[in-house]
Amino acid sequence: MAEKLLKWDEVLIGAAIKDPGNSKSYETGSWRVERPVWNPDTCIQCMFCWVYCPDSSILVDENGKMVGIDYDHCKGCGICVEQCPSKPKSLQMILEAQAKGKTEEELRKEVFSK
Amino acid sequence: MGKKVALTGNEAAAHAMRQINPDVIAAFPITPSTPIPQAVAQFIADGEMDTELVTVESEHSAMSACIGAAAAGARVMTATSANGYALMWEMLYIASGMRLPIVMAVAARALSAPLNIHGDHSDIMGGRDTGWIQLISENSQEAYDNLIQAIKIAENKDVMTPALAAFDGFNISHAIEIWEMEDDAAVKEFIGDYEPLFPLLNTDEPITHGAWAPPDWYFEHKMSQLKGLLNAKDVVEKVGKEFGEAFGREYGLYEAYKLDDADFVIVAAGSVCGTTKDVVDSLRDNGIKAGLLKIRLFRPFPFKEIADALQSAKAIAILDRVSPAGAQGGPLFSEIRSALYDTPTRAPIINYTYGLGGRDTQPKHINSVYETLKKIVETGKVEKQFDCLNLRGAWG
Ligand code: SF4
Ligand code: SF4
Repeated sequence: MAEKLLKWDEVLIGAAIKDPGNSKSYETGSWRVERPVWNPDTCIQCMFCWVYCPDSSILVDENGKMVGIDYDHCKGCGICVEQCPSKPKSLQMILEAQAKGKTEEELRKEVFSK
Repeated sequence: MGKKVALTGNEAAAHAMRQINPDVIAAFPITPSTPIPQAVAQFIADGEMDTELVTVESEHSAMSACIGAAAAGARVMTATSANGYALMWEMLYIASGMRLPIVMAVAARALSAPLNIHGDHSDIMGGRDTGWIQLISENSQEAYDNLIQAIKIAENKDVMTPALAAFDGFNISHAIEIWEMEDDAAVKEFIGDYEPLFPLLNTDEPITHGAWAPPDWYFEHKMSQLKGLLNAKDVVEKVGKEFGEAFGREYGLYEAYKLDDADFVIVAAGSVCGTTKDVVDSLRDNGIKAGLLKIRLFRPFPFKEIADALQSAKAIAILDRVSPAGAQGGPLFSEIRSALYDTPTRAPIINYTYGLGGRDTQPKHINSVYETLKKIVETGKVEKQFDCLNLRGAWG
């Protein structure tokens, strides 16, 4: 890890956090086995995916439009795909390995070597 | 100037709370501490304090509400006993981990089963590793004095750790004693104003409390927390001195009663120390060098100071008001024997369990302990390392 972690006598008392919203910098997307892939051509901008996503990982622009997925935090639960009402669905789950053009074995090695 | 009053230990605790007048008290009634929040409710109704009393549906909720209020920046207190204390257990860790200086009165009581509402130390000893500062009181005066000091200790910037002041259920909580109540203004001045470190309500500096710490952070935070708890030792001593200067009753980490030249020493905590002092007095009248070391600060455990104080002893008996629960002895015994291991003394040390579930401990029982210590010194033999006081049937 590039960032230098604080020592025990440097951490903030009571594990309080002074910089709000810093969970953004904690990437939880590495747990993902499958990822949702968005197809903007059939998306009807109903925002169901945004409402249901338990990880706030549906990206929305300033006009309130769905513009993609935050893969740093999306855990790949597939709820957005389940909920997507368009026909055909505008979200689809694919294997993470496939998305990265690697075998699952290679991907596993990559994750555990970190 | 203080005034002499004749009131119970629970009333002593309630009056301390009235004078401290914390921002929030969240409490659920449980015997024998019920009269504390009851009296507090009366004081509030009578306009004698303006604390926000949160009546919750369980002790788990009481401690949760205390934690929320303390994180918001309030000065917070509560009271409990026994199974209620046990129900708080999960939240006790959260209060100490978040470094919230909540102060709690505990009327110490036996834990079920079998159901029993009387005094012993099963509750506080069960929570000794929750990271709270633990002060144990001998009588109503100390219950009152310790609660007031606990506020100042817990809120010290180097400590910022919750504290409890315990006193024996019924023996102290329900017995009327004469003790000295200080002036409201003097108590207020002694404790001073509380300035929370990171109040959630300060919108100018937004703060997150109670966040997740993954494996690369948790360890550091727990050791930082431990440092705060350990710092309490010096602060307890300092506040004990200041209390002496303000009110004439000085407190240390422990109390040495005729200990300096004592051959036969009992170590105990709580109300049994009053009985033991009487026995020590009568033994001394007969030329027997008996002494008592009364535990006051149990967490953080001042092991070095206590071991030093025991160096003159030729034989030591440690009284635990809790079952050893499968350990080699009760918690006091384990702490003290461990503390003595690194010191020159090799005085024999024995352990007694006494007073479980409110069982009487009378002068004759304490006398029998000193008799045993004398016999050990005379014969050089320890017949029983662990025994019970006032139990029907011989143990072991
Ligand atoms: S897969 Fe789950 S976490 Fe990822 S965007 Fe969809 S709903 Fe959110
Ligand atoms: S649920 Fe499907 S259609 Fe609705 S906004 Fe999300 S991707 Fe588009």
